[in-house]
Amino acid sequence: MTCMNHKHILQIKNLSVTFTQYEQGLRKTDLRVIRNLNVSVGEGELVAVVGSSGSGKSLLAHAILGILPQNCDAEGNIWFQEELLSPERIKELRGKKIVLVPQSVNYLDPLEKVGKQVRKEQNEKSLRRKQEELFDFYKLPQKTADLYPFELSGGMARRVLLTTAMMESPRLIIADEPTPGLHLEAAKKAMSHFREFADKGNGVLLITHDIELALEVADRIAVFYAGTTVEEAPVADFQSVDTLRHPYTKALWRALPQHGFHPFPGNQPYAKDMPNGCPFGPRCPQLTSECEGNIQEQTIRFGRVRCIHAK
Amino acid sequence: MDIGRYSGILKYVVKSIIKIISLLIAVSILSFVLVSASPVDPVRAYIGEVGMANMSVENLAKLEAYFGINTPPIERYWNWFTGFVQGDMGSSLLYRQPVASVIHVKFMNSMVLMTTAWIFSGLLGFLFGIIAGLYRGRWIDKAIKGYSLLIASMPTFWLALVLVMIFSVWLQILPIGLSVPIGVNAAEVSILDSIKHLILPALTLSVIGIANITLHTREKMIDIMGEDYILFAKARGKSNLSIIRHHALRNILLPAITLQFASISEIFGGSVLVEQVFSYPGLGKAAVSAGLSGDAPLLLGIAVISAALVFFGNLVANLLYGIVDPRIRRGSAYE
Amino acid sequence: MNNTGSITVLQKYKRKQLNQRSQTLMYIASGSIFLLAITVIGTLVGDIAITTNFTQKNFLPHMAHPFGTDWLGRDMLARTLKGMSISIYIGLFASVISAVIAAVLGAAAATLGKKVDAVITWFIDLVMGIPHLLLLILISYALGRGTFGVVVAVAISHWPVLTRIIRGEILQLKEANYIKIAEKLGQSKMKIVVKHMIPHVFPQFLVGLVLLFPHAILHEAALTFLGFGLPPEQPGIGIILSESMKYLSLGMWWLALFPGMVLMTTVLLFDVVGGSLRKMIDPHSAQE
Repeated sequence: MTCMNHKHILQIKNLSVTFTQYEQGLRKTDLRVIRNLNVSVGEGELVAVVGSSGSGKSLLAHAILGILPQNCDAEGNIWFQEELLSPERIKELRGKKIVLVPQSVNYLDPLEKVGKQVRKEQNEKSLRRKQEELFDFYKLPQKTADLYPFELSGGMARRVLLTTAMMESPRLIIADEPTPGLHLEAAKKAMSHFREFADKGNGVLLITHDIELALEVADRIAVFYAGTTVEEAPVADFQSVDTLRHPYTKALWRALPQHGFHPFPGNQPYAKDMPNGCPFGPRCPQLTSECEGNIQEQTIRFGRVRCIHAK
Repeated sequence: MDIGRYSGILKYVVKSIIKIISLLIAVSILSFVLVSASPVDPVRAYIGEVGMANMSVENLAKLEAYFGINTPPIERYWNWFTGFVQGDMGSSLLYRQPVASVIHVKFMNSMVLMTTAWIFSGLLGFLFGIIAGLYRGRWIDKAIKGYSLLIASMPTFWLALVLVMIFSVWLQILPIGLSVPIGVNAAEVSILDSIKHLILPALTLSVIGIANITLHTREKMIDIMGEDYILFAKARGKSNLSIIRHHALRNILLPAITLQFASISEIFGGSVLVEQVFSYPGLGKAAVSAGLSGDAPLLLGIAVISAALVFFGNLVANLLYGIVDPRIRRGSAYE
Repeated sequence: MNNTGSITVLQKYKRKQLNQRSQTLMYIASGSIFLLAITVIGTLVGDIAITTNFTQKNFLPHMAHPFGTDWLGRDMLARTLKGMSISIYIGLFASVISAVIAAVLGAAAATLGKKVDAVITWFIDLVMGIPHLLLLILISYALGRGTFGVVVAVAISHWPVLTRIIRGEILQLKEANYIKIAEKLGQSKMKIVVKHMIPHVFPQFLVGLVLLFPHAILHEAALTFLGFGLPPEQPGIGIILSESMKYLSLGMWWLALFPGMVLMTTVLLFDVVGGSLRKMIDPHSAQE
């Protein structure tokens, strides 16, 4: 539905990230941590990428911002406001039109005062005023500017990170686990700022392990599994298990507390020993021999899914 | 002003000083045990073989009593310790002077040499380390790293010899050794002459010292460039220059302080060798002479003083840390 | 929609031309062979190193005597190799002793509780408080100097750094998940140590041991150079260089230059071999 009547702010097609690593004995291995990933964010939309902790979904954020570590290859088409981005163009846009809200205070320089960091060490009057306005807006005391990161409480830190993002006039916020350790109610409150931002016609890409939170605040949900998005669905589809498309999403749905807390056996495969074809295959009740071939993404009921058995 | 804010630091200083004193006492005991265990006979070392033969029995007994040959070691240590606390470290057998005054003169000479080398090696090592760390894997990093690894493997005394061969023997632009020309009264030596005699020893010590500081700074720089806050600064579109200026340099300062003050011990070791090659009249040369001629009181005094210097350096480093790092400086106020 | 056939390359990893593994193995192999050669040849040289020949005094380096001869007509190449092999033997012995001390103290500090840890850490601070060379002089002096003095001094003074490393490794291991799981599963302490701890710590220990070599060798040479080590009859590297000092002003540069270069190369090779071994067991240090 969204892709019909809105313009895209962000569209990612076939993103792959491959790490080169050395193991003991200096044997070189290539780890394909993100593979053929597709995701998109429309104007006014908050899209959540949901995946389990440590599954490498942060790298998606890093890839969009061009801050991946040196020892990896990355390829894929990224469109921002319908413009296909080159690595150079990404460097121009990041921090201005595309901003990152990281997960913790560790992303601030521990030895520099908060205000100076928010202003990127600039001291012009207009920037000072903007910073003060934003502090007011996010209900941060003005003296916060003179604190060092370690002196911030968890809630303050989150709002400071948010002000760093809003100092420029971004169109897209990439929020990487912005609510670590918060319970649902507090997290929802923290998310209200992102919701407001999206409602003004901007885009938010929320990367989180917390599916319950995602269901509360997002418009669409992209389910991340073993380095790729297996399903992208409007949040309404999560009302019932029958409107969902991918067996993994269904399993996730059944594992939610309100749907019976059914755990499902097995673990995500490591990038090192990925099965042929569908990465979910070994855990999938519907596994057939065709699943070991190339799985194309298909569009079903305004959602996209990477499963040949999806209906 | 809020005194409570500084009570943390004060407590820390007092605790550190107590620890230093306990360590210093332990160093003195350890050194005392070592010099006492030596088979070198202090009386024999004092008057020499010929003197021994000509010495009357009473005089010998007097001397033995003076050196405490027949006093139990714990009592001897206690005598030494009480003397030391009052500034009396005994008499140097070699220089026939109080150990305290010998150490005072030698210490001043060594300080000139060591401070020069300390500053040069610190500044250059810091600079090279930062450059190498920033351009990790590029040719400039490889050059700096290669140079540092080579220097780190270089025997200090051999580098001193090579520099003497080049500058003193071959080019003949700098003196071979002795900080004071033979036959000239120490007081009459011109400053220019002193400086000339300082150049080669200081150069040797600096060159050797640079290697370690460079390699360590490089490692720390690489660590810092991988930190989350650097990543975030990049994501915010900051230029490389701004990231280096505002974040990398600020954060490398902390490990640099530690490195710089930890290098005191190493520079002292180097100065022993360098002073030996250049006949530079400092603490290191005195320690070697004391060891070779059985001057136990002097050797003991130098060991304690050099350890005090090392511990004092550690303390200064920790205090500077507190000034630079807001987490320590302001930490106590927000507990 | 935005469908183009081509795909944008966002980032390309600049790979090294050479295979790191074979390159590192090559370093280890060639370094070891070279060091072994110095040791073996130095041992076999025998009396040539101390044979005087007054018809061949003060020769500049040439074909028959690549490192020249000294004022007694002794061949400097033979003396250097002999001296180097003595230094390597002493370094080998001293490193093993120091490493064993480090392993025992490091393990004790990490496993025997807070008090033992505090005592050992304090002792490390104590030993590191005295500048190393001065400590060596003190120990050698206590033992009446000579070969015995220098060997013991070098052997019992090089443990603090490795002790810290081993202590840190074991402390980290104790917190590691798989060890905790093994404990929960009721595996005996002995079994955990033998099956999980030792296989992890031993490689670190081995690398630490090899990396002690260069320090031990340099310190032995330095101590001998100062007159606290090997006796003057022995062609120790420190003796050779200390003797050369007297002849420097006469322009006999070769007496100091070549022996020093061999010493430096040996130290460097030990460092390279040790560093390469570390890369093999701890690949993070190889990630460029």
